[in-house]
Amino acid sequence: MTDVSLSKEAIEKPRNQWWDVWDQFKTHKGAVFGLGFLIFITLFVSIGPLLWDVDPGKLNIRNKDVRPIYMGLFDSGAKVNWANPMGTDNLGRDIMANIMQGGRISLAVGWTAMILAVFLGTLIGVLAGYFRRLDGLLMRFTDLVLALPLLPLLLVMMLLFRDPLRAAFGPENGIFILIVTGIGITSWMQTARIVRGDVMALKEREFVLAARSIGTPARRMITRHLLPNVLSPIMVSATLGLATAIITESALSFLGLGFPSDFPTWGKILFDSVDRMTAFPERVIWPGLAISLTVLAVNYIGDGLRDALDPRIRGH
Amino acid sequence: MLTYTLRRLLMSIPTLLFIAFVIFMLLELAPGDPMAQMPLTIPPEVKQQMREALGLGEPWYIRFPLWLNQFFIVEPQYWIDNAFGTNFADGAQRIISFQSRSPVFDVIAERLPQTLWVVAMSYVVGVLIALPIGIISAYRQYSVFDQAGTFVSMIGFSVPPFFSGVLLIVIFSVQLKWLPSIYDTTHVVNDWQSFKFQLQQMIMPVMVLALQTTAQVSRYMRASMLDNLGQDYVRTARAKGMSESVVVMKHVLRNSMIPVVTVIALGIPSIFGGAIITEQIFKVNGLGQLLIIALQGSDIPMVMTITFLLAVLIVMMNLIADVLYGILDPRIRYD
Repeated sequence: MTDVSLSKEAIEKPRNQWWDVWDQFKTHKGAVFGLGFLIFITLFVSIGPLLWDVDPGKLNIRNKDVRPIYMGLFDSGAKVNWANPMGTDNLGRDIMANIMQGGRISLAVGWTAMILAVFLGTLIGVLAGYFRRLDGLLMRFTDLVLALPLLPLLLVMMLLFRDPLRAAFGPENGIFILIVTGIGITSWMQTARIVRGDVMALKEREFVLAARSIGTPARRMITRHLLPNVLSPIMVSATLGLATAIITESALSFLGLGFPSDFPTWGKILFDSVDRMTAFPERVIWPGLAISLTVLAVNYIGDGLRDALDPRIRGH
Repeated sequence: MLTYTLRRLLMSIPTLLFIAFVIFMLLELAPGDPMAQMPLTIPPEVKQQMREALGLGEPWYIRFPLWLNQFFIVEPQYWIDNAFGTNFADGAQRIISFQSRSPVFDVIAERLPQTLWVVAMSYVVGVLIALPIGIISAYRQYSVFDQAGTFVSMIGFSVPPFFSGVLLIVIFSVQLKWLPSIYDTTHVVNDWQSFKFQLQQMIMPVMVLALQTTAQVSRYMRASMLDNLGQDYVRTARAKGMSESVVVMKHVLRNSMIPVVTVIALGIPSIFGGAIITEQIFKVNGLGQLLIIALQGSDIPMVMTITFLLAVLIVMMNLIADVLYGILDPRIRYD
């Protein structure tokens, strides 16, 4: 018996470590829910418009101010319509189609800005941690950027660079580039600090010494030995970055300095609906819920990832 | 400690100069023109004169030192003159807003009390709520209370103020009609009735801002308490037969407060940032709203001054946090 089980273990293939991470991740209920919701909302905004084939910008003034379908339950006189399950706005545009289209832009901005911020943060963190000569300079720079009042500066950037970028890249792409760059270059600092600290600690380890002793050049040292080892803090800060990027984009739209009003984003829909929220509270609640639940889901995923990627917690 | 504080104060001067330079250059490079709103019929030479009247005729390397001079020397002189009736300033040029043509600092002084009331109040309320939540969550780790606290702080992190504020307005102003949705800053408190109204109108903006603070501070408090609860000195205190309340509230709490105090100090600038959005929702005519209006009107001196004041706040709070950390924790030695 013992022999059989032993040999069985012996032939069993070594398991990829990401399966361990996944097993640990699955034990975190909130994180699994978060991942489920994120997948759902991504499908909702990406595949949704294919199934729900309504033009979000189409005006239908005869069909304006339709209440969402559940209002028919409380109030038999409410204007409801199965063709517009979430209702329509004051110009008769379908709210569900708008939420889908807005989600596309909001999520696209969030992901792109997060990738940019993580890329910048990792680059600066690795450079500062690995090359001692750059360390002082880069970290002083990081501290300086951290001391800047970021939200006002972001607002200034939005306002001042909006028109030239719109002229150069077209209205939608120009604002997209502006918002993504703005959020990206104002949120890389935490990642840079974490990565720098980890790289500095890793640099003193034996395997790095061994790699150096066989003459590994700095470039390969970083890509082959250091980056894979700092992947987990980078992933955790990436999830946080996605959450903040989505919130920042909506905040800019909410302050009236984001996308122009014919390009709906969640923040923009919320901003446009605030004036009529007394009569139609659902119009602020749909986009607000979409933002909050997405960010909540991403935060829970980050929480679960942090536990799952920490080998000291894993397996307990 | 004193030398450290002095060194940090000296170090913050180049930092602030650099920040001022960044903000100035950002506004300078930007193509936004304060003359853009003027009628097109104005002849170009008149337009040029108007630009010069606004102080825009000179190149940046002359205007930047001028601005610094106005901000750091002329404006404090005016304060001193106002306070003591002296005449240091001697009619020197102050920083003038493009929009209202009045000194920027006078406008800021008008707006500051409203912002300070709401912001300071919400910060105090947020911290006061957060501390007990953090303490109980750590003491009863993994209990129902702890789980609920974690969930609430997750919500505080995730729900942006422009949604929580709007949601509160929908519930309490629109549906229940308990609270006013607009903050009336002209309201004067002189008797019980007006005090009650003041409380009513402050609850929502304060709670919206406090939710963010609570979420953050309670997490730190919990983590810090958990770190300390497992330490040997706690076991010693219990072994000596001290009551549980003394152990937790005296021994553990005091030590756990050290990192939390610095977090509280560091969070102050960010709550001013949050005030920009909250003031927009509740129509408080405070600094945040002033910044938005100035931005929309290309009022460069106003934007520059407010943004720079926020930067000063951030740098000062960083300094205070570091110094406090050194004072509170005898293990930290900066010298």
